[in-house]
Amino acid sequence: MYRYNDFDEAFVRERVAQFSGQVARRIDGSLTEEEFRPLRLMNGLYLQLHAYMLRVAIPYGTLSSRQMDQLAHIAETYDRGYGHFTTRQNIQYNWPKLPDVPAILSDLADVQMHAIQTSGNTIRNVTADHFAGASADEVADPRPIAELIRQWSTDHPEFQFLPRKFKIAVSGAEADRAVVRAHDIGLVLRERAGTLGAEIIVGGGLGRTPMVGKTLKDFVPLQDLLPYLEATVSVWNLLGRRDNKYKARIKITVHEHGIEEIRARVEERFAQVKPAFGGIDMEMLSEIEAHFAPPAFVTKPVDAYTRAHEADPVFRAWADTNLAAHKAEGYAIVTVSLKKPGQTPGDASADQMRALAQIARDFAHDELRISHEQNVILPHVHKSDLPAIHAALKAADLATANIGLVSDIIACPGMDYCALATARSIPVAQGIATRFNELKLEHEIGPLKIKISGCINACGHHHVGHIGILGLDRAGVENYQITLGGDGTETTVIGERTGPGFAYDEIVPAIERLIAAYLELRTGPEETFLQTYRRLGMDPFKTALYPEKDAKAGKEKAHAA
Amino acid sequence: MPRPFTPKAITANALLEGDVIYLSATGEWVRALSDAAVFTEQAAAEAALAEAAKDRMVVGAYLTDVAPGENGPEPTHFREDFRRTGPSNYFHGKQEAAANV
Ligand code: HEM
Ligand code: SF4
Repeated sequence: MYRYNDFDEAFVRERVAQFSGQVARRIDGSLTEEEFRPLRLMNGLYLQLHAYMLRVAIPYGTLSSRQMDQLAHIAETYDRGYGHFTTRQNIQYNWPKLPDVPAILSDLADVQMHAIQTSGNTIRNVTADHFAGASADEVADPRPIAELIRQWSTDHPEFQFLPRKFKIAVSGAEADRAVVRAHDIGLVLRERAGTLGAEIIVGGGLGRTPMVGKTLKDFVPLQDLLPYLEATVSVWNLLGRRDNKYKARIKITVHEHGIEEIRARVEERFAQVKPAFGGIDMEMLSEIEAHFAPPAFVTKPVDAYTRAHEADPVFRAWADTNLAAHKAEGYAIVTVSLKKPGQTPGDASADQMRALAQIARDFAHDELRISHEQNVILPHVHKSDLPAIHAALKAADLATANIGLVSDIIACPGMDYCALATARSIPVAQGIATRFNELKLEHEIGPLKIKISGCINACGHHHVGHIGILGLDRAGVENYQITLGGDGTETTVIGERTGPGFAYDEIVPAIERLIAAYLELRTGPEETFLQTYRRLGMDPFKTALYPEKDAKAGKEKAHAA
Repeated sequence: MPRPFTPKAITANALLEGDVIYLSATGEWVRALSDAAVFTEQAAAEAALAEAAKDRMVVGAYLTDVAPGENGPEPTHFREDFRRTGPSNYFHGKQEAAANV
C-alpha cells in the first residue's frame, strides 16, 4: 500500500494547520461565510441540511486496517457513531461540528488520509476497480497509475480552478467494475506487444446530461500517459464553458466540438507538454509500483472451505453470492455487504469498521477496499480462512449474502441529508430491500442492479442502474421516475425513462410489479433482468408499471369499436 | 400579477453545529420551528431577514413558507419538514434532541 513520503506528509500537515487557522478566523468573525465557504470546500467540508458534512478521500478505495480503525475513531469521537461510504470511494461524515473539523483532519493526517480535493472544481479523488491487484481477469493493477494521477493532480497549479469538477477512474481489466465510461476520463489498462498502456475514454458522465464516454485514443503507452492526461485536461480547461455551470463538464465540450477536434487539440498540446515531463513521471511510477507489490500468497489446502461449503447452507449462500475469483490459486475476493435489508446503503458503524479492520488484520493482509457500489472488499483472502471470516462477519452483523442482488442497492443520501436533493433516496432503498427480503425472492431474481439518486445530479448512478430511480419534487411532493436498461459496465448504456413518475408510497409496489413482470417474461432463471429487457424492450415492463393506463386505453378502444 | 405573500418564517443553519435554526419573535435563534416568528407582510419579512442575516453565527438565512398551526408555525413543504425533524433513516438530529428534553 502507498506510504506518504516526507513531502506528502508535510503537505498534508501544512493544509491541516492552514485550515485550522481559517476555521478559527471564521469562528471569531474575521472571515465572513462568503470568504470561508470556498476555503472549507477546498477541505471537503460542506454544510448540508442538518449539519456539516465532511467528505474524506479514500484514493482508489484502498485502506489499511489502521486507517479503517481511525475512520471508526472519528465516527465515534466527532460524529454519531457511523460513516457513509459513497459511489466515489469516499467516506462522508454527516454530523461533524465546525470547531471539531481541524481535529478530525489532524486525526486523518495521522494515518495518511485527508479531505483535499474532495470538493471544488478540481481533479477529484481518483477511483479504481475495487478488485485491483486481486482479480483473476486483470491485465495490471490500476492503483499505481491511480496513485500517480493523484500525485500529479493534487495541488496541480493549472488545475485548481477548472471549469467544473473532474473525475478520473482507472480499470486494469476489460470487465469494468469502475464505471470508467461514466467519468470525465476513464482509463482501461491494456497490454500491446509487451508494452503496458491505456485506452483513454473521455467525456462520460451522469448528472443532468448523462453521456457515455468516447474513446480519445485506444492505446497510449504508459510513458505517455501522464502528459496525455495533462494535455486532455488542459485542452478542456481552455475550451470548457464557464458561462453556464451545467454546460461546463468535459462531456459537453466533447459533444459541442466533436471528438475529432478534441483529439487533434490534445495531440497538439501533448507534443508541447511531453518534453516537460522528461521521464520523471516514470521514475515516480516505478517508486509507486514498489508499494503495490502483491502480498506473499501461500499454497495450502482449502479443505476447511470445502467442508463448510458442503455442510453449512448459510455459509454456502454467502460464499456463492459474495465471493469473486482471485488471481492466486486457493484465494478469493470477499465483498462485505453494507446493504442488510433495512439498512442505509453504504453506512457502517464504528464497531463494524473496527470489526472489518480486525478481520483484514487477521486474515486478509491488512487490506480493505471501498467499492463504488458502497460495499467493503477484502481483496486477498485464503479460502481456508473463509469460514472464520464468515463467523466474524456474522458477529458484526455484516454477513448479508446479497452482492449484486436486488437489495444491494446504491443510494445517495438524498433529502435526508443532502442540501441539493429534490426527494429522499434512503427510505426508498430501505423499502425495496425490506420488501424483497419479505418475499424471499432475491436469489431467485438473480443479478439486478437498482440505483437511486435524490436529484438529477445522479450521485446514486441511477442512469446506469438496470432499474434506476430518480427522486424529484413534483408540485411539492416526492415523485420517483424510473429508468430501465442502464448498464455501468464495459457495455455502458444510459437507461431509458419508462414514463410518468410514482409517488413516494407507490414506488416500492411499482418496482415489485416490474420485477414480477421480469419473472414472468424471462426465458428461464439463467436470463437476467437486463437480458430480458434487452430482448423485449420497454413495452411489457411499461404495461406492468402502468396497468391502469392500459386498462384505460383498452376501454377507449372498446368504446370506439 | 405578483403572487400574494404567504406567511413566512426565517430559518438558517447555526455556524458552529450546522443545526437548523429559526428566528423567534424576540429576535433569538431557536431550534424548534414551533417557536419561530411568523411574518405575514412581505416588507417586514424582508427587513427582518436582512437584519438576521447579519448575525455572524448563522449561515444561509432565508425565508420559508409556513402555515400557522395549533402549536405554532408548521412547514408547508416536505423539505422544511425534514429540516425540522431530522433524517428519516436514523433517530438523529432534531427528533433525537427533542426526545432528550
Ligand atoms: C451530500 C453531498 C453531495 C453533494 C452536495 C453532491 C453534489 C453533486 C453535484 C452537484 C453533482 C453534479 C455534478 C455535475 O454534473 O456537474 C454530483 C455528481 C455526482 N456525485 Fe455527488 N454530491 C453529494 C454526495 C454524493 C454522494 C454521497 C455520492 C455517492 C453516493 C456522490 C457521488 C456523485 C457521483 C458519482 C456523481 C457523478 C455524476 C456525474 O458523472 O456527473 N455524491 N454530486
Ligand atoms: S444525487 Fe442529488 S440528492 Fe443525491 S447526493 Fe447527489 S446532489 Fe445530493
